[in-house]
Amino acid sequence: MARITPLHAVHVAAGARMVDFAGWDMPVNYGSQIEEHHAVRSDAGMFDVSHMLALDLTGTDATPFLRTLLANDVAKLTVPGKALYSCMLNAEGGVIDDLIVYYFAADNFRIVVNAGTADKDVAWIRKQIARTGANVSLDAHRDLAMIAVQGPNARAKTWHAIPGSESASAALKPFFAAQVGDMLIARTGYTGEDGFEITLPAAQAPDLWNALTSAGVAPCGLGARDTLRLEAGLNLYGQDMDEATSPLNAGLSWTVDMKDIDRNFIGRPALETNPASQKMVGLVLLERGVLRAHQTVFSDAGEGETTSGTFSPTLQQAIAFARLPLDVAEGSTVEVDIRGKRLSARTVKLPFVRNGQALI
Amino acid sequence: MNIPAELKYTKSHEWIRREDDGTVTVGITDHAQEALGDIVFLDLPEAGRVVAAGEECAVVESVKAASDIYAPVAGEIVAANDAALDAPESVNADAYASWLFKLKPANAADVDALLDAAGYAEIAADD
Repeated sequence: MARITPLHAVHVAAGARMVDFAGWDMPVNYGSQIEEHHAVRSDAGMFDVSHMLALDLTGTDATPFLRTLLANDVAKLTVPGKALYSCMLNAEGGVIDDLIVYYFAADNFRIVVNAGTADKDVAWIRKQIARTGANVSLDAHRDLAMIAVQGPNARAKTWHAIPGSESASAALKPFFAAQVGDMLIARTGYTGEDGFEITLPAAQAPDLWNALTSAGVAPCGLGARDTLRLEAGLNLYGQDMDEATSPLNAGLSWTVDMKDIDRNFIGRPALETNPASQKMVGLVLLERGVLRAHQTVFSDAGEGETTSGTFSPTLQQAIAFARLPLDVAEGSTVEVDIRGKRLSARTVKLPFVRNGQALI
Repeated sequence: MNIPAELKYTKSHEWIRREDDGTVTVGITDHAQEALGDIVFLDLPEAGRVVAAGEECAVVESVKAASDIYAPVAGEIVAANDAALDAPESVNADAYASWLFKLKPANAADVDALLDAAGYAEIAADD
């Protein structure tokens, strides 16, 4: 049986097309995926992301424990509500998951992990707690819902939908969160647009969803979420990196913090022994067609492979992420094997789109 | 579900219309376009290509996925719908008007053996 979120009945009633995603029955679209995509780029759209798991990590050793567990350094977090994106690596330097960690206090963090990896993540973290003997406790929340409201008008429409939320969240800078009653409102997202991710008690989720709909926020499915994150140059776990992938080869070097030489986080020795051997670049197809994952890319510097690809509704052409040899120059022309035909593509710096604007 | 009674169908969700000149026109069903979602690219066969029944001869790509289109019967491609190439979304708007290609069957009787609307409705309902 597929798992369902607290908003499942709302999606079905709205006529959403439902698909299995990591064992969850989720909306892929409510009609046109492209219209949903444009709603987020030009106005406001919302996604049910309740399948992701929120974990609370608390205890006197919470900070030192997370500095060992995560490749990014939570010591950067000193202001309550501040969020950090990080990979959690295995000893071989492969990516167990990518996650967001929120700092509330030095002994109190919230971690949000992917749905498909949640069970594995919890087991791994518990194993590390046992191994290190850290004085921390880990509590998984399945009593919460998460709604991502994204787009240039997302914040204003959220304030309209949640009376009293504006005063508590208007001053939030990107990557900060504030507690507003029962809700955690974070200025984060996965679309390349401004907006909020709102975590709230499961029972309140349908009312908030309906209030956001009434405020003019368009319900959007996982289909639009994928095209938006691809345009925004954001990796998807399981697609663009996994346990066999070094973050250094997946465009995530910026999230691996090596500055503190005494911080021996899990995976660090492996990364130091094995520096980047490939780089993640954007591809724009110069001919008609659609780029997809796992297509072979031929460059002057050698071969590589696409990890994600789609038709970009904003750019009106096919785009992809590709893992290519380090020597491939930005702006160079490569060939991609699409169903047996070699088509020309250009390498570009990611992201493709940010805040409604094409960057290529 | 929109399944016109006068057309023939395949299990792989193509529709086939017999024309007066002995050719058949081929497209994808309304059910298929809905399952695919927003269609953004078509790759259509060139006129003159000889195809076997069941041979991959076109591709319909939506934002979500690529889907192969098969020749419903053996024959020769006589035309592709160039207007649809420039407006792939027209297949979403009206899957029975936006045909993909025309084919001259090697054996006219092969078309008779294809599914009728009732037969296809059963397959589509099970999808």
